[in-house]
This record gives sequence, structure tokens and C-alpha cells, in this order.
Amino acid sequence: MKHFTYERASDRTDAITQVAANPQAKFIAGGTNFMDMWKEGVETPERLIDIRKFPGEITVTDGTLRLDATTTNSQVAYHSQVRDRYPVLSEAILAGASPQLRNMATTGGNLMQRNRCSYFHDVSYPCNKRVPNSGCPAIEGINRMHAIFGTSDRCIAAHPSDMCVALAALGAVVQTRKPDGETRNIAFKDFHLLPGDTPHIETALEHGELIEAVEIPPLPWAKRSHYLKVRDRHSYAYALVSAAVALEIEGDKIVNARVAMGGVGTKPWRSPEAENALIGAKNNEESFIAAASAALEGAKPYQYNVFKIELAQSTLVQALLTVNSEQ
Amino acid sequence: MSTPDSNRHFSILDQMPIAEAPNASLGSDRTIAVKLKVNETEHELQLEPCVTLLDTLREYLGLTGTKKGCDHGQCGACTVLVEGERVVSCLSLAAAHQGEEITTIEGLAKDNKLHPMQSAFIKHDGFQCGYCTPGQIMSAVGLIAEGQAQTDGEIKELMSGNICRCGAYLGILSAIKEVKEVTA
Ligand SMILES: Cc1cc2nc3c(=O)[nH]c(=O)nc-3n(C[C@H](O)[C@H](O)[C@H](O)COP(=O)(O)OP(=O)(O)OC[C@H]3O[C@@H](n4cnc5c(N)ncnc54)[C@H](O)[C@@H]3O)c2cc1C
Ligand code: SF4
Ligand code: FES
Ligand code: FES
Repeated sequence: MKHFTYERASDRTDAITQVAANPQAKFIAGGTNFMDMWKEGVETPERLIDIRKFPGEITVTDGTLRLDATTTNSQVAYHSQVRDRYPVLSEAILAGASPQLRNMATTGGNLMQRNRCSYFHDVSYPCNKRVPNSGCPAIEGINRMHAIFGTSDRCIAAHPSDMCVALAALGAVVQTRKPDGETRNIAFKDFHLLPGDTPHIETALEHGELIEAVEIPPLPWAKRSHYLKVRDRHSYAYALVSAAVALEIEGDKIVNARVAMGGVGTKPWRSPEAENALIGAKNNEESFIAAASAALEGAKPYQYNVFKIELAQSTLVQALLTVNSEQ
Repeated sequence: MSTPDSNRHFSILDQMPIAEAPNASLGSDRTIAVKLKVNETEHELQLEPCVTLLDTLREYLGLTGTKKGCDHGQCGACTVLVEGERVVSCLSLAAAHQGEEITTIEGLAKDNKLHPMQSAFIKHDGFQCGYCTPGQIMSAVGLIAEGQAQTDGEIKELMSGNICRCGAYLGILSAIKEVKEVTA
């Protein structure tokens, strides 16, 4: 563990300026991801700039839901608009971590949380994500929890967030502000990056760029949505696989669909293949099975995670059956 | 101002590899002033910024009721209330809670009378060794205040952040149900 200096930022501009001024500085919000990794020696910043006390509000404008980056996971999950309009988001958040952690963890921090690969967390191992070009012991090692989509020969770590799987399905937008003052709207699919040759670069953010808010488009039919997470134990564990689904049904036809998976991708994994298979199909189990096969096509398993293909398919079918049975 | 008792074990500083520290002497130049209100008492501390709320309570304020289990957010033994909400104190920096109100297990009893949750844990055998118990009780008090748990299943799910190695879960559930009914 390395010492750091600490300051509470007075406002967003102050926070961005302070982090941008020092390549070894970091924002800290709820601290739940950072503190864990700082104690492991994985995170070694010189300076922390605390943004936790910034106003954290949830607002609705013209049907678009806006979550300030510092809203807590509990606050979002239990918000009446989120529960009513985007059940998939509330359920995804409540399926993650524990009540204590959700009271601390923030929306921005959840988007930025780093993966759970055990080699990444153990500084006695090489790891391309932690030390670029040092190697990836997971590819030939214990890779039961690792990804089957979006991997590279440099890194195969699965993205750990539940909330982000729901945000991927809902087509959220991440609003940021850069050190030069420019603000950006980043589509959720472009926020997290595939590992490729640079697994240590995980998001589209520049150093010092602050997430200000996450916006979710109106999507009235997302009322009919659901998150299903499968874990090694009933609660308080990361996903083996998970599914975030939403369906719009007219008569006996699916007219709109959203499908994203967790635990399988190196980033939150939206599946246009499954969505295309569903749109126009009948809302029955046969269509759901076909969509689940389409979703898992092209999956690349490793020695210990072959089971994820079948488990992800069953999880998707089950999640779709559940939303289909809702009125 | 409280200063650390020199006989106490400073877990976090002991573990600190000196060679990695950017400044070899742990001089006062690196400490910052932190004001906390713990169990209704104001404390002004001078702390390294990296000291957690858990270590502050235990090592600097002598409030050892709050336990350290995993020190990584995985067990709930260190649960306290910050501004009335349950959090794990091992993943919180003390400095981040400047000016905030902290309640620990020591702050629950009032006028020599146990908090109803403490009495219920005793009545229902909600523990065996007792190590997880302060965290369980603080978490249960937080759960009642949140008001999200109605059924047994919901209570279990919303207590899943507290691990009990002795497996006293059934007693813990009974205790929480009793307090919930009384306060409902
Ligand atoms: C025991 C345990 C179990 C968990 N289980 C789950 C689980 O099952 N599912 C799940 O999804 N998650 C789980 N989590 C992870 C948890 O959701 C994250 O730790 C949390 O969401 C991080 O939020 P935070 O505010 O605490 O982030 P912090 O730790 O404060 O910050 C994390 C990172 O985000 C950056 N950051 C924070 N805010 C911003 C911002 N506004 N702009 C730019 N950068 C920012 C920080 O610089 C830092 O690098 C678990 C965590 C623990 C400790
Ligand atoms: S999978 Fe990624 S995070 Fe894990 S050891 Fe390989 S490079 Fe590191
Ligand atoms: S000691 Fe904090 S959660 Fe285990
Ligand atoms: S009573 Fe022993 S760990 Fe819970």
C-alpha cells in the first residue's frame, strides 16, 4: 500500500483540474472499488480527489432519466421512476454487491469498476492489464470466471458490473467533461473498450475526464424488462452469467427487443444478434431459444469456462420467459 | 485532539512497506485534520489520509466493538452507520467522512438500556462466537431504517452482506423479524 494525499474537491471544475494536473491522481467516490485494490497494491495513486459529496440527483426531463454520477447504487435502485420504468436497472443493481456496499457505491464508480480476474488482483503474478506487456496467466490458467466474448490474446477478463449490463441494454449515454472543458455524450457501447492489444486502457475516458451523469432514453416499453443473474451462491457474489432483457409485444409478435449479457464479455455485452432474432418473431419459447442460440454464436470459451455457453443460453431463455409472462 | 495510544497496534501503518512510502518519515506534515462525530461525541483527529474509518474507530478512538474480518468489503463485520445509513467502514477513508455522524455498536444502548435489536439478538440466540455480531446488529438496524425488507426472503437477501461463520442465521432472522414487528 502506497501513501497518497487527499483532498475533497470543491466542485466539478476543481476536481477535473486537480486530477488533470497530476498523472498519478485519481478521483474517488464511494471508494468501494478503489480501497479494495489499493490495499492489494494494485492501485497506487499519489493523490486522491474526492467527489463523493457532489450533489447526487435523479431527474427526469422529457422522459429522459438522468442519474448524476454521484448518485448511490441504493438511491438509483430504489427510486420510484427507476423501479416503474426500468425494472431491469433496479434489479441489476440490487443483484450486485451488498446493501452496505450499494449505500456507498456510486453510478460513476460502478461504470469505472475494474475486473475481478484473480491474477489481476494478485501483484505476485504478471498481468497485461496491471503491467502492460507482462503476460496473461489466465489464458492458460484458472479461467472459470473469465470472458467468452471480446477477448484477445492479451486479456480475457470478464467485465464484472451488473448495473452496466442493464445500462447497455437500455442504450444509456454517459455524459462527461474533459480537462479542456469540452463535454461529451458517449454512447454506452463506446464507453468500455475491448482489451485488444491494450488491455490496460479500459474506457474511452482521458485522464482527468469526469463522468458527470448517465442518461437513459425514455423507452416506454422497458417497463417490461428483467435482470436475471446466476452465481455460485444465492447472493453477494459476482455473476457467472447474467441477462438483461426487455420486450415490446403486440398481439403475439415481438416488435422491439433489448438483450445484454453479463459475465460473458470483456465489456458489458449487448447482443444485436439476439435482438434481431427476436424482433418480428412470435413471443414463445421457441423464439427465445433461437434468440439465445444467436446470442452465443461465435463465443470463444477457455479451458474452465465452456459451461458459460449453455448457462448463458438457459439464463437468456429464462429471463425472456419471465418478461413475456408479465403484463 | 485525540492521538494514537502508543501501546496500540496500528495495523495499517505496520503493513505499510516503508520503501514504497514517498516520504520516509511519518511526519505530521502528511497528516490532515479530520472531524468526526462518533456516537454523539465530537472528535478532532490528525490522521494520515489513507487511514480507514474502521482503523480510526478501533486504533485511534479505542472503539473496538466494530470488528475487522476481511478488510475488503466482503464480510460485513465492520458495518457502522454513517448519517444513519449502513456502510462497511473498512472501505471508507476516515477523511472522506469529515463532519459526518457515525454510529457504532457502542452507541446503540441508551441510558444503560440495550437497543431493541441487541436485546432481540440475545433472546433469539443470534450469535455463537459473537465476532460478526456487532456488524450484524448495525446492519440489521440499517435494514429496518431502510424499510425495504418485508418477507423472510427479503430480510435474508438484505442481510446477505453480513457473513456469520458460526451459521447463526436463523436466530439473526428471528431477532430482526421481532424488532421489525414491534417497530412496524
Ligand atoms: C465485496 C464486493 C462485492 C461486489 N459485488 C459486486 C457485484 O456482485 N456486482 C457488481 O456489479 N459490483 C459489485 N461490486 C463492485 C461495486 O459495484 C463497485 O465497487 C462500485 O460500484 C464502485 O463504485 P464507487 O463509487 O465505490 O467507486 P470508487 O471505488 O470510488 O471508484 C472506482 C473508480 O472509478 C473512478 N471514478 C469514480 N467516480 C468517477 C467519476 N464520476 N468520473 C470518473 N471516474 C470516476 C475512480 O477514479 C476509481 O478509479 C462489489 C464490490 C465489493 C467490494
Ligand atoms: S485476463 Fe486480463 S486481467 Fe486477468 S491476468 Fe490476463 S491480462 Fe490480467
Ligand atoms: S472487515 Fe469490512 S467487510 Fe469485512
Ligand atoms: S457468531 Fe460467530 S461468526 Fe457469527
